[in-house]
Amino acid sequence: MTTVTPPVTAQEPAAGRRHGRARLSEGARAERRLGWLLCAPAVIVMIAVTAYPIGYAIYISLQRYILSAPQLTKFVGFSNYGAILSSGFWWHALLVTVIITVVSVAIEFVLGMGLALLMYRTIWGKGGIRTTILIPYGIVTVAAAFSWLYAWTPSTGYLSALFNNSAPLTSQPKAIAIIILAEVWKTTAFMALLLMAGLSLVPEDLLKAAKVDGATAWQRFTKVILPLMKPAILVALLFRTLDAFRIFDNIFILTQGNNGTGSVSILNYDNLFTGLNFGLGSAMSVLILICVAIIAILFIKGFGTAAPGTSLQR
Amino acid sequence: MAATARQKVGWSVANIVTIVLVLIPLVWIISLSFKTTASITDPSYFPVDWTWSNYSGILTTSTFLRPLLNSIGIGLIATAIAVVLASMAAYAVARLQFPGKAVLIGVSLLIAMFPAIALATPLFNIERILGLFNTWPGLIIPYVATGLPLGIYTLSAFFREIPWELEKAAKVDGATPFQAFVRVIAPLAAPGMVTTAILVFLFCWNEFLLAITLTATTAARTAPAALSFFTGNSQFAVPTGSISAAAVVITIPIIIFVLFFQRRIVAGLTSGAVKG
Repeated sequence: MTTVTPPVTAQEPAAGRRHGRARLSEGARAERRLGWLLCAPAVIVMIAVTAYPIGYAIYISLQRYILSAPQLTKFVGFSNYGAILSSGFWWHALLVTVIITVVSVAIEFVLGMGLALLMYRTIWGKGGIRTTILIPYGIVTVAAAFSWLYAWTPSTGYLSALFNNSAPLTSQPKAIAIIILAEVWKTTAFMALLLMAGLSLVPEDLLKAAKVDGATAWQRFTKVILPLMKPAILVALLFRTLDAFRIFDNIFILTQGNNGTGSVSILNYDNLFTGLNFGLGSAMSVLILICVAIIAILFIKGFGTAAPGTSLQR
Repeated sequence: MAATARQKVGWSVANIVTIVLVLIPLVWIISLSFKTTASITDPSYFPVDWTWSNYSGILTTSTFLRPLLNSIGIGLIATAIAVVLASMAAYAVARLQFPGKAVLIGVSLLIAMFPAIALATPLFNIERILGLFNTWPGLIIPYVATGLPLGIYTLSAFFREIPWELEKAAKVDGATPFQAFVRVIAPLAAPGMVTTAILVFLFCWNEFLLAITLTATTAARTAPAALSFFTGNSQFAVPTGSISAAAVVITIPIIIFVLFFQRRIVAGLTSGAVKG
């Protein structure tokens, strides 16, 4: 009996278009199942803890919901968003956040690059430098923040004494500078590590060839090293910018956001836990999320950062 | 190229300056923790009067010991769960063929970039409703979820470097699948898993925002959060010394830990960033 064949060939093109072969073998199908099965627990946890709450936050953000008066809850559409976007507090906090982000990432990049070069090319004490560099990474952010707080507190701190015992943490520009200093101290090492990985991909021979051709150290740096490191630099900048935008710990300890030093995360925290205005707090969280997404899109589409993971295809 | 004496001196100076700058805040908080309450108002960098009373004070009070225990317990449990789940997923990503791999990595990175406050806001209400507020699971579950992206990313980069053909070679040599796994694969995978565990634990230990929003008392509050609410031994003393001592206690063991595992940590942090 030969009537079995035609139905099979009718199915084949569909399968073939998708997978490039006639039909998935039993082994390949089992492999896919196993793959999904192994990933399932991790995916479930991640989705449950992030996608669901974000959906919930969007839902709440469309309502007036004050935790101390839950009976007054009602649907108010976008008026929470309107209230935030027309409020000076939000734009001020956004400005402060952007300033802190841009300045600290810029400084971290320059210092981090210097550190990366140092760690990579130093003739002496490579292990010692690499070890010491990890101390800011290992220190609990809050502990380091306290160290800075007490250093700048008048009559307690050595740094405050250096600057005439003024109280720099109560003056907006000085406080912001101190916050940036704390951030830079903490995360330059991380930036340096990311950059160092990129630095190790620059082939020595190219540098030697450039030297033979008479290039100065600066020229070698700008014309050989930097261009070859561009992908690594963009990835490092993307990670750090997203991180810096979310700044909270240092500001909370150093100034609690007083004197106009609050970032958007601090503003959100205040609204939520002192104002107990859940609808407004949720709307603000969604806005912050949108800002972070904009930054990521800017980097990936605008600067051409390779979204990490796209090259992990096997 | 031979290193000239001038080059050596140049690098040495750069090294020393870097090391000093890194150490200044660390040494300061340590010195503060040894200052007597009276000499707190004296802005000298090193203590003039030494005392252990700050340490004896915090190490005998449950307002500090309990959060310390919370940090250790929550950190260890969250790390264990996260590493197990991440290993499974990373193994699948590194060794198996299935659609949706890039999506998984992409989504998990997306989650790593979430602003914590955007999660804390809804989680606060959700956990209140579910009765998870101010409990260990209430922190463990979000920590696992936010630590998973880091774990999956790091581990899949590590697992991709393992020569899996060794397993087949062992089987050809007569080993059972189990022996092949235990004798050949496990030792190769172990360093990557240890590194990932360290990175995830550091992340949990350091976490602050979720810790202060999802807890209310020392029942579940972790050490960094407790530190920021510390009022010291008495109502009237400015708790600078106590807070400094507490800060040192939660920091120094971790720093020693980090320095001990320095090579692994550097390898872990840089493995996925560029090679991938």
